[in-house]
Amino acid sequence: MINDEFYKRRYVLTAIIVMVVVVYICRLFALQIIDTNASDRAESNALVKQTVYPPRGLIYDRNGELLVFNQPIYEVTMIMREMRNGFDTIGFCDALNISRETFDNRVEEIKNKKKNRGYSQYTPQVFLSQLGKEDIVVLQESLYKYKGISIRKRTLRDYTYPTAAQVLGSVGEVSQRDIERDEYYAIGDYSGRDGIEKTYERVLRGEKGVEVLMRNAKGIIQGSYKEGEMDMPASAGQDLTLTLDVHLQMLAEELLQGKIGSVVAIEPKTGEILALASNPTWDPSLLVGRERSMNYNMLLNDPTKPLLNRATMAQYPPGSTFKTLQALVCLQEGAITKNTMYACNGKGTKPISCTHFHGSPVSLLGAIEQSCNPYFHCAFRDMLEKDGYGKDNETFKRSFNIWRDDVLSFGLGKKFSDTDVSEQSSGNIPTVAFYDKYFGKKRWKAITIRSLSIGQGEILVTPLQLCNMAATIANEGWYITPHLLKNDTMLAHLHKTNVDPKWFPIVKEGMERVMTNGTGRWYQLDSIRSGGKTGTAQAGKGRVDHAFFIGIAPIDDPKIAVMVVVENSGFGATWAAPIASLVMEQYLTGEIRRTDLRKRMATAVINPNVKNMKKRKE
Amino acid sequence: MSRNGSILRSVDWLTVGLFMLMAVFGLLNIYGASYDFEHTDFFAFSSRSGKQIVWIAASLLMGSIVMLIDSKSYDILAYIIYGLWILVLLATPFLTHDIKGSRSWLIIGPLQMQPAEFAKCFTALALAKYMSRYEYKIRDLRDLLVPFVILIIPMFIIMVLQKETGSALVFAAFFFMFYREGMTGYVLLIGAAAIFFFIIVIRLGVIALPLGTGDCGMLVAMLLIMLIELFFLFFILNRKKEALILAGGVTLCYAVVCVMSIWINVNFDIASTVIAGLSVLFLGFLALRWRHKEILFLLLFSLFSVVYCHSCDLVFSHVLQKHQRERIEVLLGLKDDPSGVGYNVNQAKIAIASGGFTGKGFRQGTQTKLQFVPEQATDFIFCTVGEEWGFIGTFSVLVVYLIFILRLIYIAERQKDRFSRIYAYSVASIFFLHLAINVGMVLGLLPVIGIPLPFFSYGGSSMLGFSLLLFILLKLDASRVEKMR
Repeated sequence: MINDEFYKRRYVLTAIIVMVVVVYICRLFALQIIDTNASDRAESNALVKQTVYPPRGLIYDRNGELLVFNQPIYEVTMIMREMRNGFDTIGFCDALNISRETFDNRVEEIKNKKKNRGYSQYTPQVFLSQLGKEDIVVLQESLYKYKGISIRKRTLRDYTYPTAAQVLGSVGEVSQRDIERDEYYAIGDYSGRDGIEKTYERVLRGEKGVEVLMRNAKGIIQGSYKEGEMDMPASAGQDLTLTLDVHLQMLAEELLQGKIGSVVAIEPKTGEILALASNPTWDPSLLVGRERSMNYNMLLNDPTKPLLNRATMAQYPPGSTFKTLQALVCLQEGAITKNTMYACNGKGTKPISCTHFHGSPVSLLGAIEQSCNPYFHCAFRDMLEKDGYGKDNETFKRSFNIWRDDVLSFGLGKKFSDTDVSEQSSGNIPTVAFYDKYFGKKRWKAITIRSLSIGQGEILVTPLQLCNMAATIANEGWYITPHLLKNDTMLAHLHKTNVDPKWFPIVKEGMERVMTNGTGRWYQLDSIRSGGKTGTAQAGKGRVDHAFFIGIAPIDDPKIAVMVVVENSGFGATWAAPIASLVMEQYLTGEIRRTDLRKRMATAVINPNVKNMKKRKE
Repeated sequence: MSRNGSILRSVDWLTVGLFMLMAVFGLLNIYGASYDFEHTDFFAFSSRSGKQIVWIAASLLMGSIVMLIDSKSYDILAYIIYGLWILVLLATPFLTHDIKGSRSWLIIGPLQMQPAEFAKCFTALALAKYMSRYEYKIRDLRDLLVPFVILIIPMFIIMVLQKETGSALVFAAFFFMFYREGMTGYVLLIGAAAIFFFIIVIRLGVIALPLGTGDCGMLVAMLLIMLIELFFLFFILNRKKEALILAGGVTLCYAVVCVMSIWINVNFDIASTVIAGLSVLFLGFLALRWRHKEILFLLLFSLFSVVYCHSCDLVFSHVLQKHQRERIEVLLGLKDDPSGVGYNVNQAKIAIASGGFTGKGFRQGTQTKLQFVPEQATDFIFCTVGEEWGFIGTFSVLVVYLIFILRLIYIAERQKDRFSRIYAYSVASIFFLHLAINVGMVLGLLPVIGIPLPFFSYGGSSMLGFSLLLFILLKLDASRVEKMR
């Protein structure tokens, strides 16, 4: 070797090289093995998780007719951070056909953390939603020019028939509260806001999926990550089949036109609700898409209160329809028999006069047939007083409680808890405590509460409850909770009444006589034996009475129980009975032969304020 | 034929094997980094991996040719090639247009070439030739100056005319070779001290003092200079009395300044500089008394350190370009800007760190593939290694590199003539500095300086340049036996 003088310096150089490499290896060890957050950061850099929205479940009627389905809509989203430099705002506004102010306002709204709490400049924010294909076609073609902008496809509800708006309910954007309560939702999601859409939200909505996409440093999507290995497909919502008969429902709504009121029809044997109509109503497609909030406000501010589902929410005194139940309770408690007779002096009868003209004395069947007020007053009084008043009226009050329990056992006076019918009112069957407070503990007697005997006074029921009462009479002593989703499990929800089944045929006979000889005789069905009971309930001082009718048909094997109320129209026999009769005819025969009657009822206007809000033709 | 046979036998196959290993692994990573969803063909010439295959093949061909040329010709032609290449370097900026702010690319028909990549090799040859002269003595001033000039000319052209600071910086590697050839070790120490003082002045310069005006940077730098003086006096010159006088004087001065600052607003930058100046005067007094080399050296070192510390600020804020200043600020943690200047480094670190222990797998890196990491196939190729092969990959690459460089040093030391040894050390130093700067940059330990990782980074010029560097060495090494005869 030559020049060995500096030979040892090779070790210094070697040491420097080894040292640098060791320092780098330590650094790599720290970065790659100790720092565990890096892969998350790399993922959030490169991976975009895009929600895939499942199609919402479809809704069918009992006969498999499609009622509610989905239509595609589009929404334009923007990622603020990617739009910073050189975004062609004017071109973008032109492509969407919006003004510059609209753009600026909307961007301001998106960036406002108070209004849009989930705002982040890195995630897609909905700029415009619920656009039709024609609205986005121009933007779609030039989308590559607008960095940070994307178009998402969503679905909206659409309806085959403009009917059953209150029952079906609607779908709307979730509120902040919904998001806080259910982590499934994110801002901009839709959920059922009322009706069936709300009750069966979890079934209908399905499961959202996730598509994992990769984007490069410029934010441009490069395709799916690991060939979609990490994607989660969305699973579609389940379809529902309702108990409604859409043609019956539409007929009911047609007959209610120009009137305020409701029609409820139940299949007694199953408790299935065949029709649940409330008028005024609207075409459900009014509450879809961009017009939703405008139309919703219109409905909200309408003085006729269309948003109130009268079939389940309105509370009325049942009037004379209640006499059927009154007869059953009095028979059950031994106050009367089938043959018990009471005297009736027509208009001059005290303390309750009779509104009809018939012979006197009158038997139970005659009293039902002729809707004799004095008979039911006497029967009610005798039932309450059959054991006397006792000390401090305690015996009387015990009898009153028996009466009350019997009435409650028919499903009146409280909400159905085991049903899918949302938005019910409870109604009211007055209690002992109520009268004690109202009159004083010892200061009320049978005569004080005589109005109850004919379904007036403090008693309040909803149309659904009243129809269920009719169904219970049809079944002779039991009912299955009325419901809207067709499923066999509801058969287990069978409720027995306190009234012995042996008493029912008597009342049914009376109801049949109503249709043959009594107040409903004009609307008897051809060749089908039916039963019914009219009612005319006082609506308050100076206002026209509410017309009621309950009916069951065929009388010996009832397939339908129907209840009709037409507010402020007058006699039940005039306004409610024909509608009920037409509904029964439609359901039992599949057609309506009495076209004149149908036309007359459909065109009769009782309340001129009721608007027709069904924009489509059938 | 027999001569070729002897060449084949005497070639250092271990080095050739390491070269092939690195080139092939580099190729895989270039494929992984530039692989996207449309271009998946490994061999297509339009893709980067396809081109790199061609460069590797060309390198091997060139290597074979180098092997066939008589080893003496490198010695003989060294100056001529060096001179010619200086002309090429000079001409390049005028024959080309700006590519990303640099004028270093020579465009010949469809090919682009970076002459700077070959300049290292020819400079090494010229230096080896000059320094292997029989009468050469590095401690003579003239013999030190000429190599400096040989070194400075290409460095200057590349840095100033071609605006390629990184490539120019690599020429500093030759100082390792100078050191091995006998240049005083103080040069390396002074270099280290210069970097150290620079970091202190800039990094601590932003921290204000609790007393008076001024910043920590200058105070600490001046205190350090005086500490070095003390240490040198006390331990190396063994002048304990003078050391204690210096220590006492400095302490007294600072005590006075601190007390003064209670009443008047003292600028500690100026006070520290004055105190350090006084200590230099004290050393000057001692130098006059003792008149020997070591105290003179200490005096000059202290004086230049004081001046240097003050000029650091000036250089940093006035001489450096904005982007260079920002890179240093980010590196020193003065600026935290993950989306601006710090973006590249930050993304590079995320890429490497996200690889974890075993990596995401071949072609599975999202950071590099999706262009979050800049220059992911060239200067930042190490990120791809880190992301796709994990710690196992990066560790292996560093270890292979270490073996490779140590092998080069081993080869250098077994040379029988100075020309070969000097050249060999130059080669080893160049590879080492490339590795150190490139990996240090990717790991965020050094400022962003765009130089390739030899044999890994994509690029024809660098691949051929490094291969030429290596194969000339292998040829010299293979023929050392002949020279013995």
